[in-house]
Amino acid sequence: MAKKRIAALLSAAVLACSLSITGFGATQETEAGSDIKTASSGETVEFVVGIPQDLDDSLDPYQITAAGTREVMFNVFEGLVKPDPDGNFVDAVASSHEISEDGLTYTFTVRDGVIFHNGAQCTADDVLYSFETCAASTTSTAVAGALSDIADISADGNVVAITLNAANSSFLSTVSSVSIVPKDYDSQATAPVGTGPFRFVSRSVQDKVVFERNDDYYGEKPALSKVTCKIYEDNNALFTAVDSGALDMAFHLTVDQVNNLTNGYNVIEGEMNLVQALYLNNAKAPFDDVKVRQALCYAIDVDAILALTEDGHGAKLGSSVYPSFSKYFDESLVDAYPYDPAKAAELLNEAGASGLSFTIKVPGNYTPHVNTATVIVELLAAAGVNASIEQVDWQTWLSDVYQGRNFEATVIGFDAAYLSPDALLQRWVSTDGSNMIGYSNPDYDEALAKAQSTTDDSEQTEAYKAAAKILSDTAANVYIQDLADFVALNPEFTGYEFYPLYAVDFSKISPA
Amino acid sequence: MKIRKNAYFVTGGILSGILMAVILTGFFWTPYSTTAMNAAEKMKAPSFRHLLGTDNFGRDVFSRVVSGAGTSFLIALMVVAIGCFFGILIGSLCGYYGGIADLVLMRICDTITAFPAILLALVIISVVGGGSGNIVIALGILFIPSFARVVRTQFAVCRSQNYISSAKLMGVSGPRILFFHILPNTFSVLLPSVTIGFNNAVLAEAGMSFLGIGIQPPQASLGSMLKDSQTYLRSAPWYALGTGLAVVLLVLAFSLLSEGIQQGSRRQ
Amino acid sequence: MKQLGKKLFTLIITLLIVSLLAFLAFQIIPGDPTTKMLGTNATPEKAAQLRSQLGLDRPVFVRYFEWLLHFVRGDLGISYTYKMQVSEMLSDKLPITVLLTVLSFLLTVLIAIPLGIAAGRIKNRWVDHAVLIADQLLMAIPPFFFGILACFLFGIIFRFFTPGNFIPPSEDLGASLSYLLLPALSLALPRIAMTVKMLRGSIQDELTQNYVYTARSRGLSQWGILRRHVLRNAMIPVITFLAVSAAEIMTGTIIIEQVFTIPGVGRLLLSSIGSRDFPVVQAIVVIMAAWIVIVNFAADLLNFLIDPRRRAG
Repeated sequence: MAKKRIAALLSAAVLACSLSITGFGATQETEAGSDIKTASSGETVEFVVGIPQDLDDSLDPYQITAAGTREVMFNVFEGLVKPDPDGNFVDAVASSHEISEDGLTYTFTVRDGVIFHNGAQCTADDVLYSFETCAASTTSTAVAGALSDIADISADGNVVAITLNAANSSFLSTVSSVSIVPKDYDSQATAPVGTGPFRFVSRSVQDKVVFERNDDYYGEKPALSKVTCKIYEDNNALFTAVDSGALDMAFHLTVDQVNNLTNGYNVIEGEMNLVQALYLNNAKAPFDDVKVRQALCYAIDVDAILALTEDGHGAKLGSSVYPSFSKYFDESLVDAYPYDPAKAAELLNEAGASGLSFTIKVPGNYTPHVNTATVIVELLAAAGVNASIEQVDWQTWLSDVYQGRNFEATVIGFDAAYLSPDALLQRWVSTDGSNMIGYSNPDYDEALAKAQSTTDDSEQTEAYKAAAKILSDTAANVYIQDLADFVALNPEFTGYEFYPLYAVDFSKISPA
Repeated sequence: MKIRKNAYFVTGGILSGILMAVILTGFFWTPYSTTAMNAAEKMKAPSFRHLLGTDNFGRDVFSRVVSGAGTSFLIALMVVAIGCFFGILIGSLCGYYGGIADLVLMRICDTITAFPAILLALVIISVVGGGSGNIVIALGILFIPSFARVVRTQFAVCRSQNYISSAKLMGVSGPRILFFHILPNTFSVLLPSVTIGFNNAVLAEAGMSFLGIGIQPPQASLGSMLKDSQTYLRSAPWYALGTGLAVVLLVLAFSLLSEGIQQGSRRQ
Repeated sequence: MKQLGKKLFTLIITLLIVSLLAFLAFQIIPGDPTTKMLGTNATPEKAAQLRSQLGLDRPVFVRYFEWLLHFVRGDLGISYTYKMQVSEMLSDKLPITVLLTVLSFLLTVLIAIPLGIAAGRIKNRWVDHAVLIADQLLMAIPPFFFGILACFLFGIIFRFFTPGNFIPPSEDLGASLSYLLLPALSLALPRIAMTVKMLRGSIQDELTQNYVYTARSRGLSQWGILRRHVLRNAMIPVITFLAVSAAEIMTGTIIIEQVFTIPGVGRLLLSSIGSRDFPVVQAIVVIMAAWIVIVNFAADLLNFLIDPRRRAG
């Protein structure tokens, strides 16, 4: 008797469990709104990539905040123009573009036969809609600022003309970051639709994101028919998976991992395109004293950091521009502050700050920054400076350090959200909202403003370099490195290319 | 209280004695600096110079394990101290006086014990933030109920015994009875709870630090070192193995000791 | 029966209290979700606008009851970070964690009970020591360290499996189960050790009871006594212990999912705590708490059915 009752109870419990499981939503994955999906052309080549972070924000191109999301969604969204691996802007949704002599009017011809991933035809209307929506909703203050400077935007047939209030030589980079999206499509946040070489298929949280070849793509069609991005937030698991051959490609690997790769995958070395530095709160004593900041620059042996954290890989910086942005990178700033602990002590003495001690807040989930900070603490100890590390989670870092500016020093990497030196330099203008370190230098503001308003290309390049040199001269921060970035690629595939900004282009990868 | 010697007690005693000696020495001296980095000595396999090899910064793993064990040990000690102190306080009062407060407090204790420490600690830590101080407080609170329960049972039993009744008749004050007459009698029951609690604290702290919400670098505990070492499992397996074995040894030593005490007092 | 009704009542109350605490805890947390959502481009105006859009500017208790009502109806809210339905996010995570928990629990029961009974029947000093030493050793190895060892040995050295290459049960149940075997074992080992030790002790205590001698003198076989009388009584503390184990295994998955990179609820919980994604954290904490409370209730129920003394009372 008792036995039967137990059995009945057990089965009831099992039933209750299974009900509670199936009770949560019937659909497992979000499907992009693609009703009219043409039969796939070309051969089937599936490609599995390991990505080191979850796409954990909105997928709406104007709402994306994470560099890691932007990097992958590069394959789905395009602007009228888009950057190529050399850092030039090539026509994308536009088939041609013209800039007037005075630099005020930009004319774009919308390409014929551009079809959105949901099957809709892309028209000049969609372009106007995209610019409006982006201007109204983008989370990037830089892009919003540039768009607010548009005096007029209008369409005539398939020609879109944009007139600016003032000439802006880097406006094309703004255009490239306005992804063209279909008018009145409202599910971009979860089922994004763009014009890129790949279309978004599904996202499964912390598991994977699936893309398929856009067979209607106007340009050269990608060789890969399906790209599955498997998410490995644990960098170690990512490595194990790629080493076992479960993945065709993994990027953002570290030098230690690459050294241990046993499966014969090709290793491609590049840089992360980040400005990693010990950012100092210039608004706070003692870092408001240029001598103290310079002392820290002398006290920190950047070569030692590279040797300890990256086996000597990685690229030294000197200022807020990374080397692969070669046009604006000033090689001479790299060794502006050679390692000299004696000089550091002397400067600290002069500033009355000997025996200095401060805290470095680091986002704990970014191992490279934690490692760099760990080495910095050691190096500073040798110079008689007592620094300590406080690890915070990303959220706290954003609210305390970035927004609250409640910190003494931090190690972080800034990337360029769009391909213009402004993306890296604008934030240190004294009035800029994202000037985390409270850097306030009228000379710098003036120098950057001059660079932005210059129309002649080579003059402008020199002006930007001059601005970057001011950052170095005044030791705004202790610039460390652009981290080495390693990609492991299955030898059966070829065609990986580094971009000078955060982007991974799947469309160029093909079977070897 | 007398404990008859047995194999477990002796092995556990010797093992924990050695570990304690190493840990205590580690507070003042380690073979190498625990923080000094050396690019030339990165990821070296174990040798006579570096007993457990070196890590990704060229730091001596053995020295770090010793000091990490020290951190784990101190944290566990403080957790048990907090749990024990408040556990005894609550348990003795509840057991001796009984009543509504006893019912309510024990009900709360039951509810807390029903939930695994790690889940509760995770919620507490996500509210108040990580770091060694908060870990100690969070775990300390979660350890109160287990001690309170043991002490309460013992007090409830003792309350009705003859020697207490006579003490009462002789006019001995309540607190005096509580802490001078009954409390010493609970030690034999409390001791195994303390050693078990200590082990649980070591494991809980290691788990939390492993998840990255416990001890923060540059301070290192065994758990946070295991977390770091997982990245180098392939290139420097000695890092993870050495650290993990230290956890196992520490817990094993005290759990043998606890088993020995229990067996010894049972045979009496 | 009255006792059972009382238990059911406390079960519901406990669940309500847990849900309230889970909700309140994440209201006093420092930093709010708008920070992460706006990233490095936030302005105070944008944050305020988003707060009112998310309804974060209304009184806490209003939000709690609203949330509870929706929760009961299966609407777990929308994730702040992913902008997806929480239920949708959990729909492919929960089965994985449940599978891991159930597998680990089954391993515990299926290995520990026969082993415990076998060990209980043998009265031998050496078995005593063997059980005890195995118990001490296995209890001293934290599951996550065992997991790391397993990854190293079976994943990296012998290459029996690929750490990190988990195949979801919806694609291939067999492959999924074989991947989950080692994590399940990592979680189960300490519990197996404890259960064996406990069951053995419990059986040997029962075997010294008077009724055993009476039964034996009446000519009942050793196995018959064991099955009909001893086991029934000896199982009572073990069942309670197994319920606690089931709860601990469920929460143990939080750590073990990190070690083996299994995309389950635990990983989601940790990352959601990091990004202040309240709706997700609340949902997971309440679901885990519900599981713990229900398992404990089931154990009470089972004991009630087995133990004639309790049924009479």
